[in-house]
Amino acid sequence: MLEQNISSLVQKLRNKEITSLELTQSYLDKISELNPSLNSYITVCSESALAAAKEADIAIAAGTAGPLAGIPIAHKDLFCTNGIKTTCASKMLSNFVPPYESTVTAKLEQAGAIMLGKTNMDEFAMGSSNENSHFGLVKNPWNTDLVPGGSSGGSAVAVAAGMAVATTGTDTGGSIRQPASFCGITGLKPTYGRVSRFGMIAYASSLDQAGPMARSAEDCAHLMNAIAGFDPQDSTSAEVETQDYLTNLDQPLTGLTIGLPKEYFGEGLEQGVADAIRQAVSEFEKLGAKIKDISLPNLKLSIPAYYVIAPSEASSNLSRFDGVRYGHRCDEPKDLIDMYTRSRAEGFSKEVQKRIMVGTYALSEGYYDAYYLKAQRIRRLIKQDFVNALNEVDVIMGPVAPTTAFAIGSKTDDPVAMYLEDIYTLSVNLAGIPAMSIPAGFSNKMPVGLQIMGDYFTEAKLLNIAHQFQQHTDWHLQTPNMDKGA
Amino acid sequence: MSLDKQDVQKIAHLARLALTEEDASEYQSSLSSVLELVEQMQSVDTEGVEPLSNPLEMTQRLRADEVTEENRRDAFLANAPSTEAGLFLVPKVID
Repeated sequence: MLEQNISSLVQKLRNKEITSLELTQSYLDKISELNPSLNSYITVCSESALAAAKEADIAIAAGTAGPLAGIPIAHKDLFCTNGIKTTCASKMLSNFVPPYESTVTAKLEQAGAIMLGKTNMDEFAMGSSNENSHFGLVKNPWNTDLVPGGSSGGSAVAVAAGMAVATTGTDTGGSIRQPASFCGITGLKPTYGRVSRFGMIAYASSLDQAGPMARSAEDCAHLMNAIAGFDPQDSTSAEVETQDYLTNLDQPLTGLTIGLPKEYFGEGLEQGVADAIRQAVSEFEKLGAKIKDISLPNLKLSIPAYYVIAPSEASSNLSRFDGVRYGHRCDEPKDLIDMYTRSRAEGFSKEVQKRIMVGTYALSEGYYDAYYLKAQRIRRLIKQDFVNALNEVDVIMGPVAPTTAFAIGSKTDDPVAMYLEDIYTLSVNLAGIPAMSIPAGFSNKMPVGLQIMGDYFTEAKLLNIAHQFQQHTDWHLQTPNMDKGA
Repeated sequence: MSLDKQDVQKIAHLARLALTEEDASEYQSSLSSVLELVEQMQSVDTEGVEPLSNPLEMTQRLRADEVTEENRRDAFLANAPSTEAGLFLVPKVID
């Protein structure tokens, strides 16, 4: 396993113990070795990565390097990268080369990070298993018969298997946290609006948020320092001051009040997951935290509300794919309608088409009030549950998912079973609060993720809490044995 | 809430998706099961609860009405499936 500690790598690069060229080459070698079996990358950018690494070495020598100079990372393939194919794992965009750069990737480039490539995902970020990609499914490095989670599965696997120091992901209903949990890495979904969505291919605009995925909370803090902040090019970007996410990591947790919602420990939660979470919580008690039982009574309603709101927004966002300006166009269209309908039917997978149709139905005349508006009213109830709870406690903890990674193919025939997997993550997106997944033990020899949810714009606090846990445990340092796995 | 095949074809038309007969049967069952899942919302009393569209309840920010983008016609045309003389080509719309 290659080193994945950003602070230490930055130090070694500055001390000239290693060069970025060597580091980047070693990561590219790892990708060549493991990607054929794990399929975590859609595009590998060897040439541009090595060229950028040489420049980083020059900047480091000249003393003009940015904070992440020379660190090899990868981006989920829904961040537009100027001149580099961006597919969203869809046939629709399989030849799309963006003429502009997303804010997230631009900021990381400005900070000096090296882009190794673009990672695999569920098509248009719709999925919880990364089985729904035009470029093939992604495998979990801990056990290649199992899914890595989704939709940011490729990003999670790249970190877990040592094919990138860190990666970017996006989270609309759990798409950073659930794959982080299944692959035993650390992931942060920031507050809605904290990180710019400019240049991210939209799924559900009132829920989508980008965030970092890495080995540790400290590494996530390094990425947050680069990507967080107001962006005038994103009309929903929050005009709220950012913090230095690294400075508070060492704050002690004495006096911290942790809320445990009883709804997160009920029916459907696997015993091994429950045990690992309880064990992690007791670790926090040793660090001086107090535990309080709380309730988020409307948790169950997050599933129906989400599966109305997200498809509705998707049906609107994905209407831009019309076969005219970019994306797939069918052969020999006989008229405009034929071109739209066949291009879209050929370009989108069944899961994407299904979500578009659910949304189209929910927004159609006569059904709007009963579905979309009703879901938005329930969304307020869910948000209010969190607001009430966070008046009583500092943070909320629970599992990220009811189980560890499940078998490839085991839920593909039953979409509703797949949707129920998201029970502990969806409500966070509906409320818009930040949340993390951190490695907290194992069940069935597979990683378990602890979810830490906090109040709006308290990412620094969440990272501090996660970091303190990681100073006293080594779950985040466990890595899969790739010799027998792949 | 369960849908018949005609409903599915109507929704597909609104969404501009071409469905075969076989697709329509498949979506008839998968869409119905999603609608069944979301049906549980109807039992919740939301009388007097305002819809929440933006989790931060922010209102749309406006920008100054100034030209900020340069003309990048060639860059944008480069991704189009069919172009001619600097224009996007589509099938004939008017006879």
